[in-house]
Amino acid sequence: MGWLEVLGSRTIFFVEEMGRVATLLIQSLRWTLYPPLGLRNIFKQMEAVGVNSIPVVLITALSTGMVLALQSYNGFRRFNAESLVGTVVSLSMTRELGPVLTGLIVAGRAGAAMAAELGTMKVTEQIDALTTMAVNPVKYLIVPRILAGLMMLPILTVFADVIGVAGGYFVGVNLLDVNPVVYMRRTYDYLELDDIFGGLLKAAVFGMIIATISCYKGFNTQGGAEGVGKATTGAVVISSMLILVSDYYMTAMLF
Amino acid sequence: MIELIDLHKSFNSKKVLQGINLRIEQGETTVIIGGSGSGKSVIMKHIIGILWPDQGKVLVDGKDLASLDDRSLNELRKKFGMLFQYAALFDSLSVWENVGFGLRQHTHLSDREIKEIAKEKLAMVGLRGVEDLMPSELSGGMKKRVGLARAIAMEPEILLYDEPTTGLDPIMADVINGLVLELKRRLNVTGVAITHDMTSAYKIADRIAMLYQGRIQQVGTPEEIRNSKDPVVHQFITGSAVGPIVAV
Repeated sequence: MGWLEVLGSRTIFFVEEMGRVATLLIQSLRWTLYPPLGLRNIFKQMEAVGVNSIPVVLITALSTGMVLALQSYNGFRRFNAESLVGTVVSLSMTRELGPVLTGLIVAGRAGAAMAAELGTMKVTEQIDALTTMAVNPVKYLIVPRILAGLMMLPILTVFADVIGVAGGYFVGVNLLDVNPVVYMRRTYDYLELDDIFGGLLKAAVFGMIIATISCYKGFNTQGGAEGVGKATTGAVVISSMLILVSDYYMTAMLF
Repeated sequence: MIELIDLHKSFNSKKVLQGINLRIEQGETTVIIGGSGSGKSVIMKHIIGILWPDQGKVLVDGKDLASLDDRSLNELRKKFGMLFQYAALFDSLSVWENVGFGLRQHTHLSDREIKEIAKEKLAMVGLRGVEDLMPSELSGGMKKRVGLARAIAMEPEILLYDEPTTGLDPIMADVINGLVLELKRRLNVTGVAITHDMTSAYKIADRIAMLYQGRIQQVGTPEEIRNSKDPVVHQFITGSAVGPIVAV
């Protein structure tokens, strides 16, 4: 019975944990209905989640777009379809790689920072201090982070899409000598607005996942420095996993 | 006035509070003493509604905290100011923003006005010229004084002090004790402090309550506690390893 019990208790723990995360998300969304929203805090979080992630998102998207062009060119050359490189790059970037890579990067950067900051606030009683000062910690700390995630991930994804496609164009046209007009035409012809919007919708969901999980982990930190470390690792691992899993289901539903 | 009635609280299977009964009179400073891990902080967190009892009631001005909705509870919390053990300053905000935090959240004052009030409160705790520093630039004693300035910024009726002198050198500890007395005199606040520093307890208390094994062992004036015949109280205040209290 040993392993069955372990399996059972882990499953129950997992389901309970997901329930608590969902409750926190619902609570936070409910608080967005009650002004004032604290614009100062929202902007600060938008900067942390969005603006500060731009360089790393751009570098990742650029190299991904370039590699994608290189790889697909090598593959397509075998059956004389080099002209389709642009299509592959643009569709892959907008539908899949733009949002997912941006999500994973932000989870590692901003998600970790959120969990560490809130975890430290928790263990140093700063969250209790908020409560004693009649300020709701969910409204003050979590709502701005979730809104920032929700708004900034799609914006970052737009950057990633554009720079990824540009990277692909650079490699395809300048290094591999695909005709630029053909490259661009193939890019436009097969790319639809729905591809882009679907990707952006995914990104918004990823932003919400990252912020909710990271805030949850931060708020439930126990112990001292070790606890903060665990919360941070947990936040990055769980949000990355959820991004990948939810990506499959969203792709299946959206496209 | 604050009344704790038959308060019970357990964490997992550990019973921390096992029937606390205590009245905290208006305008007085009540000091709760007891060993580390005896549940002093737990009592304090019940008074301001950060923790909730498994059984029993907390009455503040006759209102049962558990019967209040979020809004009324927050209204009640505005009557409180709390000094945390390690000050719990918000480390992303400057000193004056910390002191003025409550004002910024609950009033429509401009930043300039809030900063003026913060400076005035900082002066009350003997700090000048630190308003633009960040908490990480302050020493332990300064942090505590900023915490105290933040606690009094909203002009509370009740001040809660969580180990006000712990971790400070004896001179700084006495400065804090002096401030606690001064604030009581000037603002006429009700005070609740928890500590295991007997020097501090004797100096600031109108009444001392000793917590032992989840119950209040004895309540009395500092003089009564000093002359207590109760072996538990006597052992604690004399700081002896020999007696009914076993160090764990």
